[in-house]
Amino acid sequence: MIVYLVRRFGQSLLAIVAMAILVFVGVYAIGNPVDVLINPEASQAEIAATTARLGLDKPLWQQFGIFVWNAAQGDLGTSFVYGRPALEIIVDRLPATMELALVALILSVGLGVPLGVWAGLRPESVAGRTIMGGSILGFSLPNFWQGMLLILVFAVLLGWLPAGGRGETVEVLGMRLSFLTLDGLSHLILPAINLALFKMSLIIRLARANTREVCLQDYVKFARAKGLSGRRVVMVHILKNIMIPVVTIIGLELGSMVAFAIVTETVFAWPGMGKLLIDSINLLDRPVIVAYLMLTVLIIVTINLVVDVIYSLLDPRIRLSEVKG
Amino acid sequence: MTDSIASDLEPVGTPAPARVDHPAKRVAKQFVEDPVAVVGLVLFLLVALVALLAPVLAPQNPYDLAQLDIMDGGLPPGEASFGTGMTYWLGTDTQGRDMVSAIMYGLRISLFVATVSLGLAITIGTVVGVTAAYFGGRIDSLIMRIVDLQLSFPAILIALILLALLGRGVDKVVLALVIVQWAYYARTVRGSAIVERRKDYIDAARCLALSDRRIMFRHLLPNCVPPLIVVATVQIAQAIALEATLSFLGVGVPITEPSLGLLIANGYDYLLSGRYWISLFPGIALVVTIIAINLVGDRLRDVLNPRLSS
Repeated sequence: MIVYLVRRFGQSLLAIVAMAILVFVGVYAIGNPVDVLINPEASQAEIAATTARLGLDKPLWQQFGIFVWNAAQGDLGTSFVYGRPALEIIVDRLPATMELALVALILSVGLGVPLGVWAGLRPESVAGRTIMGGSILGFSLPNFWQGMLLILVFAVLLGWLPAGGRGETVEVLGMRLSFLTLDGLSHLILPAINLALFKMSLIIRLARANTREVCLQDYVKFARAKGLSGRRVVMVHILKNIMIPVVTIIGLELGSMVAFAIVTETVFAWPGMGKLLIDSINLLDRPVIVAYLMLTVLIIVTINLVVDVIYSLLDPRIRLSEVKG
Repeated sequence: MTDSIASDLEPVGTPAPARVDHPAKRVAKQFVEDPVAVVGLVLFLLVALVALLAPVLAPQNPYDLAQLDIMDGGLPPGEASFGTGMTYWLGTDTQGRDMVSAIMYGLRISLFVATVSLGLAITIGTVVGVTAAYFGGRIDSLIMRIVDLQLSFPAILIALILLALLGRGVDKVVLALVIVQWAYYARTVRGSAIVERRKDYIDAARCLALSDRRIMFRHLLPNCVPPLIVVATVQIAQAIALEATLSFLGVGVPITEPSLGLLIANGYDYLLSGRYWISLFPGIALVVTIIAINLVGDRLRDVLNPRLSS
């Protein structure tokens, strides 16, 4: 077990280092880092001072050391636009993104699993076919396009829900949250649905395929033969057994939710980290871009690590095969 | 079958060669059995044809400023031009650009980016995947480590990192898509090549002392093609969607060469003010293209899946 944990932890560290090198090479080695990292409106003296502070006059490998050292201490540069530490600005926006991602995740599981089971129980019925058709559209159509259709229908044509923004927020433990106010909730619905659709389609397909498989197993036939109600067979015997792969997917997809939120936040003007990234790219605010990328990589790598470790605790075959391989 | 003595006496060494169709012919035969897939294929060919012949078919060149009339800006679908009297079937954007022409040219750029990146990614992925499977050992585990590392991050995040660093441009989008996609093909090809490698015909080829390269690309590779085709049809739809997303976010193609994604983004600002056609119609073109490819891909997957056909 410890061998597996050490090995898995090493892989995560490697992933972070690889991404740090990629970002570092992109920012420092391509083009002049002085132009990239120092505000173009800075005076000559400021430029000289910052160049010395960042060690841009040193050889490249030493610069990489300084970059990593500063990053480890949470110093990823100062935003040109806001004049505040880049990491601080990102962390300010983190709750908005996390709120959106979590609500979307709950929606995608809460709707995806029942729909998938339904389609799996009656694969040839009209409802089953409709659900499957919808799920194909759900993950083949671009996310931003689905978001725009939602806005066009529910905000422009029907006028039921607002088209963008976050609405009224409540401060809880220092974080501003939308879902506790009615206004905030109405702003949250469309973006959350938009972000959930893709994952929901995946979960529907997974739940349907697994339901079809499980239905053929002897224990389900036996449960039916015992005369258990249809509801009990579905809720206990089928649902329990399809949840194992579904839970794995949920864990792994949580990380990509954060990345996919970039698109949804841009479409709905949701003030999270993703929208900040796109704004920063357009304004060439590179310290914020670097900070966003490093933080997101850290989040995704950590989530993947946690999921893998939990999964290996639940399923001994994984850690055993890894140690042998 | 008659059990006559005469048939027993027939020479056994040379049976009449059974007629075996070329695999491509067999696949084509099975493919057309599904009418939905045929509709998808026809749609896709139409879209491809429109993209290819855009300069000939389009009523105007949407990026020749001399052909644009600012007076025609923001006309709804079906209105006629104030100057030339030409009918704008899908309306115009705010600069008086005919949306039909803009969509045709946009389709051209979208498909160009997707096809070129697909070709490059397949080539790189195939070579890497076959190499990993054939040599095995350290080379294999090193390559697969890199593939796993890359696939543990969402494609859109990697593409965004690259484009944020490189800047906008058609060539840069192609590069980003290739880097994002090669790993899928490498993994697919390696997976099937590792199974094929253990078969007798590879041993036979080795016994003939053929060069590694010849065995890899003439013997091993052709047998890994079916799963590759299936992944490619899924991936080309993904590539089109990803390019559109990147362009929509403003990090993809430049304004001078707008793909469908950028057209949608340009019209997005006017969506709330009711001028839906500027972004809705490019979006429909994008959606039709993606759905058509998916229909073809779904059928190909069924036909090429050895578990279903045998």
